[in-house]
Amino acid sequence: MASKRLLASIGAVLAIGTLSAPTASARYFFNFPSPVTPIAHEVLFIHDLFLAIITVIFAGAISVLFYSLFTHRKSKNYTPATFTKPTTKKQWAWSFVPVLTLIFIDYVVLGIPALHSILALANTRDDKLVVVVTASQWKWHYAYPAYGIQFTSTLSTPMDEVYGNAPKDRHFLLEVDHPLVLPTNEKVLIVLKSADVIHSFWVPAFGIKQDAVPGYLRKTWVNIQKPGVYRGQCAELCGVGHAFMPIVVDARTPAAFTRWVASERAAAGVAREAAEKVWTKEALMANGKRVFDSNCAACHQPNGLGIPGTFPPIATEHPFSASKEMLSDLMKRGFYRAGRITEGPIASHIEIVMHGIPGTPMPAFESQLSDTDIASVITFERNAFGNHTGQVVQPASIKALRSKKVR
Amino acid sequence: MSVIDVHGLEEEHHPRGISRWLYTTNHKDIGILYMIFGLTMFLVGGLLAMLIRLELFEPGMKLMHPELYNQVITVHGLVMVFAALMPVTAGMANYLIPMMIGAPDMALPRLNNWGFWLLPPAAVLLVLPWFLQLLGIGNGTIDTGWTIYAPLSIQSGLGVDFAIFAIFLLGLSSTMASINVIVTVLNLRAPGMTLEKLPIFVWSWLNTAFLLIAVFPALLAGAVMLLADRHFGTHFFSASGGGDPILWEHMFWFFGHPEVYILLLPTAGILPHILSTFARKPIYGYKAQVYSFAAISMLSVIVWAHHMFTSGLPAYANIYFMFSTMAISVPVGILFFCWFATIWRGAMTFETPMLFAIGYVVLFGIGGLTGLVLSDAAADQQYHNTYFLVAHFHYALFGGPIMGVIAAAYYYLPKLTGRMYNETLGKWHFWLTMIGFNATFIPQFLLGIDGMPRRIPDYALKFAHLNMASSLGAFTLGAAQLLFVYNVVRTISGAGRAATSQVWEGAHGLEFTLPSPPPYHTFSSAPVIE
Ligand code: HEM
Ligand SMILES: [Cu+2]
Repeated sequence: MASKRLLASIGAVLAIGTLSAPTASARYFFNFPSPVTPIAHEVLFIHDLFLAIITVIFAGAISVLFYSLFTHRKSKNYTPATFTKPTTKKQWAWSFVPVLTLIFIDYVVLGIPALHSILALANTRDDKLVVVVTASQWKWHYAYPAYGIQFTSTLSTPMDEVYGNAPKDRHFLLEVDHPLVLPTNEKVLIVLKSADVIHSFWVPAFGIKQDAVPGYLRKTWVNIQKPGVYRGQCAELCGVGHAFMPIVVDARTPAAFTRWVASERAAAGVAREAAEKVWTKEALMANGKRVFDSNCAACHQPNGLGIPGTFPPIATEHPFSASKEMLSDLMKRGFYRAGRITEGPIASHIEIVMHGIPGTPMPAFESQLSDTDIASVITFERNAFGNHTGQVVQPASIKALRSKKVR
Repeated sequence: MSVIDVHGLEEEHHPRGISRWLYTTNHKDIGILYMIFGLTMFLVGGLLAMLIRLELFEPGMKLMHPELYNQVITVHGLVMVFAALMPVTAGMANYLIPMMIGAPDMALPRLNNWGFWLLPPAAVLLVLPWFLQLLGIGNGTIDTGWTIYAPLSIQSGLGVDFAIFAIFLLGLSSTMASINVIVTVLNLRAPGMTLEKLPIFVWSWLNTAFLLIAVFPALLAGAVMLLADRHFGTHFFSASGGGDPILWEHMFWFFGHPEVYILLLPTAGILPHILSTFARKPIYGYKAQVYSFAAISMLSVIVWAHHMFTSGLPAYANIYFMFSTMAISVPVGILFFCWFATIWRGAMTFETPMLFAIGYVVLFGIGGLTGLVLSDAAADQQYHNTYFLVAHFHYALFGGPIMGVIAAAYYYLPKLTGRMYNETLGKWHFWLTMIGFNATFIPQFLLGIDGMPRRIPDYALKFAHLNMASSLGAFTLGAAQLLFVYNVVRTISGAGRAATSQVWEGAHGLEFTLPSPPPYHTFSSAPVIE
């Protein structure tokens, strides 16, 4: 470790020495957000170093070019030379100078600090806390296995702001309902999974970007040095909601983090109790609207009308057409008749929300939403957007379904 | 060098009207078809780019829905790469190579005809799903980004199938063109045109052709596997069936990275001709450049995973791909050195082709230098999939190949048509392009550093100003290209003064010994190169 650090500092000294560029910690007007992890510091250092070097190379080359363009012109009666390659030994030697400089810059000046930070980033051992992050279209699910806490985090910007029907908030598109809460000054291992397509976890202030690839566990780590709220976004095209799955990290001091863990666990207890009691229809509808807006509206649209050809409406009696496979699938489940969406049996409604439709973007919410939330959203869907089945689903029935499956 | 008997050939019978173009096996006709097709697709791709920039002009969704936006960026990328740039460079090869090496035509003329006529259906396939959607079939065209990453591309609609077939056709066409170039160059050179005398452009295309034949099969195989995953229940790329999404990334980039050089090399080959002509000085470092082409081609097939630094490869793989990528800076650096040395102490004049050639050197220089920055596997965590990357590859692809193609177009237009284009319009085109291009993409570097991911239809408020600047730049850039189209059309329809056979005071090469425009058939009996 010490030797690597030594190598890095040698590289840095060489870089600064050879180019007498501004020291690498100089801030430019536009730059990465202030780094708050060791990796982000290294990356910023490398970025500044690289930019200094390529600026020098570019400025040098451009000066030579412009000197030539202004001097060696026909209009100045300049007689063209006829050389086509180096001839004398001295010329050959001089031609190799740029090549050797380039190799030196590549492999020493830039190579050594790069090598150091790649190895530092790859060192995922010695963590104090593990967070399992599961990406799916288009939300993040965060789990703390050590504490039994888990929740989903979705965009909280209303679609009205996106479509210009409401003024845009300061954190437009970079705000979520449940931020990821992490302790500062502790090495946190982030284990990444994906439930469907490739996503990428990126928080610029942390200097890390790691793809979440279905079928793999990917690891990266952070050690946040300063409490604060840090915002990032999914960085791999993952479908229509790609721009709408931000990451918000709320970094708290270890003491504050411990308090947060305690309150989350208490809240989970309350939620378990809530699932036991019988809910009124109004309460289910209110909670259901909240769940719908943050989990379903991206595809089925806030007005429940879906998108022709792609995402079926929730509003019944609404005309819909799509591929033959999709239509026959909907028909089989009882949600489609004679060119229109129909209300369909409640059992199949619950089935779809809990288990999704494999091979389509409709995800399985079983592990992402609580019993109460699943019951609420189904109640909501069956009684909103002009639907009035009057049917109510209680959290207890969802709970019963879950336990039946286990047996 | 002597040109033997081209008189009397002009009158030679050839079909006229539409059948001339449909059945033609003449390398010049086919070359022209390729170039017109490429120019048309450049306008289509450019129009899509304007739509993208219009949507991104301000925060908030204004023009389209996200699903349409994803389709627009994808088709923009695919069209620009496969349907605009590759055909244009293939057209240049067709038109110029036989004349440059003293051959009567391309070696495989029927293949040549077929190769071209595969292109229009391919272009139609790419956009057809939009029309089908209007008829209520499917949900539009491919929306996965031009990288078609699985499993998103398995999940996506029928547009992906159409795009895969389009890529089959485009790939087949390019492969046939490449085979033709190789056979022609190796077999049909005029007596005395030894390999050591081959014009640099021909060398660059020979490398391109070998490279293309080497890497395209990877994409084709991948695309077949993808098709099977989509329709025949295989699981090559889908993890739920035990497949591997990363495998697609490897197959795509094993093709995709060399593809960048396939786009670049032909114009890197035409550049020295133009620089030397307007500097009135021989090309510097002929051998060094030829060896650099070969080195670039070979290195390009062993660096592909620098596009996958964030996909979770082992650290040692990242280190290998970083260092091998850095190695490419050496031959590319040598090319720059030779370009500089070619004009150094020349007697330069600055006609439009020269301006675009210098623009190429400057802009592609920025593309190359920022590429070096991106090769850093650690810092790439920060740059990958941001607008920094978007700006980089536009400096590399527009700043290089497109600038080069435009330079070549102005350089050879008088040869092709026998008429000089309008120089004033050309200069306006150049300066507006330079201003528009930099105004579009410099803000994008800053956006990327500031944290804006690519491929998003809507963005946070802090990115608003730079995006507006970038859009304004793009509209300037787009409008400037219309000057080019007008200038070309004007020249083709016979305006402008007549061009001499040498066209440019400093021009050399067999093609400049022929009249402008050259006769329909050239070199029926081979010229002898001294
Ligand atoms: C008229 C000038 C051009 C403008 C204003 C322009 C603009 C853009 C924009 C805004 C994007 C979307 C970036 C994103 O969201 O990821 C894009 C993507 C792209 N462009 Fe261009 N572009 C231009 C010309 C070109 C040319 C000449 C080429 C190649 C030869 C090219 C190749 C690409 C590719 C490959 C993509 C990526 C598509 C994808 O994300 O799958 N562009 N361009
Ligand atoms: Cu995502």
